[in-house]
Amino acid sequence: MPDSQRLLKADAGTIMPPFMETKITLETALEHGLTEGEFAKIGEILGRWPNIVELGIFSAMWSEHCSYKSSRVHLSKFPTSGPQVIQGPGENAGVVDIGDSYAVIFKMESHNHPSYIEPVEGAATGVGGILRDVFTMGARPVATLDCLRFGEPSHERTAYLVSGVVKGISSYGNCIGVPTVGGSTRFHKCYNGNILVNAMNLGIAKTDAIFYGSASGIGNKIMYIGSKTGRDGIHGAVMASDSFGDESESKRPTVQVGDPFTEKLLVEACMEIFEKNLVEGIQDMGAAGLTSSAFEMADRGGSGVTMHLDKVPARETGMTPYEFMLSESQERMLLVAKPENEQAIKAVLGKWDLEAETIGEVEDHGYVKLMFNGELVGDIPVAPCVAAAPKYDRPRKRPKYLDEAWRFDCSSLPQTDIEESFFKLLSSVNLNSKRWITEQYDSMVGIGTVDGPGGDSAVIRVKGTKRAIAVSAGCNERYVYLDPERGGKIAVAVAARNVACSGAKPLATTDCLNYGSPEKPEVMWQFAESIKGMAKACEKLGVPVVSGNVSFYNQTGDTAIYPTPMIGIVGVLEDVSKAVRHSFQNENDVIFLLGETFAEIGGSDYLKTIHGADAGRPPAIDLEKEKALIELLQELSKESLISSAHDISEGGLLQTLAESSLGGKWGCRVDIDSDMRSDFFLFSESQSRAVVSMPEKNEEKAIELFNKHGVPFNAIGRVEERRFRISINGKSLIKTTVENLRNLFEGSFESAVFK
Amino acid sequence: MTTATGKARFGVVNFPGSNCEKDTLYVIEKVLKAEVDEIWHKETSLKGIDVLVLPGGFSYGDYLRCGSIAKFSPIMKPVIEFAQNGGVVIGICNGFQVLLESGLLPGALISNSSCKFICKDIFVKVERNDTPATRGIEKGAVLKIPIAHHDGNYFCDEKTLETLKANNQIVLRYCDENGNVNQEANPNGSISNIAGICNRQRNIFGLMPHPERNAEKILGNADGLAIFEALAECRTFDS
Repeated sequence: MPDSQRLLKADAGTIMPPFMETKITLETALEHGLTEGEFAKIGEILGRWPNIVELGIFSAMWSEHCSYKSSRVHLSKFPTSGPQVIQGPGENAGVVDIGDSYAVIFKMESHNHPSYIEPVEGAATGVGGILRDVFTMGARPVATLDCLRFGEPSHERTAYLVSGVVKGISSYGNCIGVPTVGGSTRFHKCYNGNILVNAMNLGIAKTDAIFYGSASGIGNKIMYIGSKTGRDGIHGAVMASDSFGDESESKRPTVQVGDPFTEKLLVEACMEIFEKNLVEGIQDMGAAGLTSSAFEMADRGGSGVTMHLDKVPARETGMTPYEFMLSESQERMLLVAKPENEQAIKAVLGKWDLEAETIGEVEDHGYVKLMFNGELVGDIPVAPCVAAAPKYDRPRKRPKYLDEAWRFDCSSLPQTDIEESFFKLLSSVNLNSKRWITEQYDSMVGIGTVDGPGGDSAVIRVKGTKRAIAVSAGCNERYVYLDPERGGKIAVAVAARNVACSGAKPLATTDCLNYGSPEKPEVMWQFAESIKGMAKACEKLGVPVVSGNVSFYNQTGDTAIYPTPMIGIVGVLEDVSKAVRHSFQNENDVIFLLGETFAEIGGSDYLKTIHGADAGRPPAIDLEKEKALIELLQELSKESLISSAHDISEGGLLQTLAESSLGGKWGCRVDIDSDMRSDFFLFSESQSRAVVSMPEKNEEKAIELFNKHGVPFNAIGRVEERRFRISINGKSLIKTTVENLRNLFEGSFESAVFK
Repeated sequence: MTTATGKARFGVVNFPGSNCEKDTLYVIEKVLKAEVDEIWHKETSLKGIDVLVLPGGFSYGDYLRCGSIAKFSPIMKPVIEFAQNGGVVIGICNGFQVLLESGLLPGALISNSSCKFICKDIFVKVERNDTPATRGIEKGAVLKIPIAHHDGNYFCDEKTLETLKANNQIVLRYCDENGNVNQEANPNGSISNIAGICNRQRNIFGLMPHPERNAEKILGNADGLAIFEALAECRTFDS
């Protein structure tokens, strides 16, 4: 006999509470996305069957999106602590010390399914949600990054999704006045039916003024602030925990609608109540709305809460307790305040023309008790509901495609015309300029942006100090697909290297892990293996994971996306004036190639774009060497020895040299000595490499540092005006102008996507 | 009004949805080192201000039409009086839109010709240097200043344009790096490449570029500071 049936029998004799009018059947539970086993567990926890409100709450709390039930087993492998970590995972966002009594607070989150269904609002509310996670902790948001993945440019829906998502991000971010400074955008057919929209936000706070999402202090008031609650987004968390099918379009009404103007007012109102120290605890209402905020706050505070749902400001009449608890209306927060501060909080919110309503109290009963017009309509014990959230160690299986992919023999590839291939890569949709996108974002508001979109990392100054933070986010999903562990390591290494290229010390990591269905063993294997890789790299490079998000069920029918763990890494520069740019700065500067180049073409953009294959093994990575390079880059900046630094990643050395030549008028003349096939050398994606340039007078000192850190180096050329010339062993392979490169790089995005 | 710093005293209005008011305050206070008051939109009077700034942003969410709701803010009544009495008023981006909606300057700002938000550095040519905001800058000088707007396409009827030209009211025009005013250098479709205009008396000035965003070298260049330095010399009520 299944558990649930046994329980149903056992339950027959118990007394039904008065609010249990409708009988909940197993069918209703299954419709809510719960399994039979989970339904039985609810019965055990309550000692009776839930009513519809409670069932809705459990289904949201135990959804994959909120409970991380399939991922927790693996997430525990991440390093999460370090002397710089003030708050690791488990809060609204991670908090890291950046010195001078300041902290950076950051997190990344997905809004994939809503953005596919309704790109403008889906992407906009993705930005709004991640902003709330950050400012709810007391930080003023200073930068947003967006990691986007779309299907093939030729796919019928791609152009619509690109313009919609960009419009959504720009309309929300620009209005609220938080600069969008970076991220990454790539295209692949695996995203044709399931795009990725991941938004990362960072804020700055004083280390002694950080606020947490905890409900404590018996007798304290629970207050609701922000927009009124409507019927929008009910069960968004459950939708996000489901695969895509033909009926996805019909889920449009579950996408919330954002109002950046209200959120802007909410930011300012929150900053004011924080400054006046009126708040004991605060949390935004994100996925699963009032439900998750109430449970999470009560759980962290080890308390209970009683809430009167009829007091929740409503946008529509006739809303039920079920709808109040599960609405995902945007721009709302739940906060806990001492009774004596209630009026002061209402005054601040009133000043900003926002709602503030006391809807309950913190109590010591350990339950979330929900009242509606004086009647008890829900009564759930907090700790068991949170602690008993299902946790699955799902079956894993190494996918078959790997054997074939790894058998791919790169050495038999035909040699191509280098210049032609280079031009084709530079103007390919994954490597060309994303200016069409980034210019639609306000990247400068806040006057903190020292280095904006287009570089290795964005650099934002910390006003009131000499410091700056550097941040980079992205992932090469092809590497992860072809070798999840290596790909995971590289995702972390590249983000850390990018941060170090600007001269900053990488401090900590946030992630947004996008995968297919965890119920497929091959997907679960990709997940587990890539986490193993990321965890090792985070450990070795000293960048613990302090916040993150998992997004499963990114698949259409049976086809999963490539595993795409987006990594965001934040670093600190002690002196903003020493921030290093990625583009060449002075005529005749000497150009050095740092690191070793191997004939690594597997998984490369060259292999994909020129030879048409997603195959081979991605480049190897030695984390010791990566660490040495990262430390070297920081010291080169600290000693003011270099004029530019740019990491080598997708597209290889040529792409890096081209990007460094596109900042202004400075190109380069490079001659390399190598025995390797020239296309392999120039397009290899070997890891732990960078290109730096410096005035000749600094050469000697720089070489001392190269040697000190044990980083292999080669002087490969000089910066020169307006020309771009590359040769190997004296043989000229590319001879062009910066202007020509610019035309290829800048002009190709729009025609590729919107032709 | 003479302040301890010897510079003009500024006021920056904060409308709900303004998002450049803090940047503007920062530049005036920390970079220009002048005295400045933040003025809440619900205020009903202005006191002791030499130069009033309407900052950039999305006042009232820019719902309905950019700047159209802000003109009904309580603070706009004293702002209009201040302007009509010769007080120096500068509207940046959304502030420019508010000045137009309030009728303090002629014309309108419509959607960019690309129908997209544009954020980038552009060049403007200083067409006249006898306004409070451009005094001290060489006539014909080219400034590199960022724009960030969706509705920055200046438009007016032909008669108004003739009047603007006849009265020398065009202060800034979009140009290329070398000061050539041409269509390629026009980022948003503005008629006659107009980036900023003043009223006939020259005390009211609106511009789409954001001079507060490049008032410091660390942010790229400090061309924008020249405009604030010029304003710092204004003594509205000295005489």
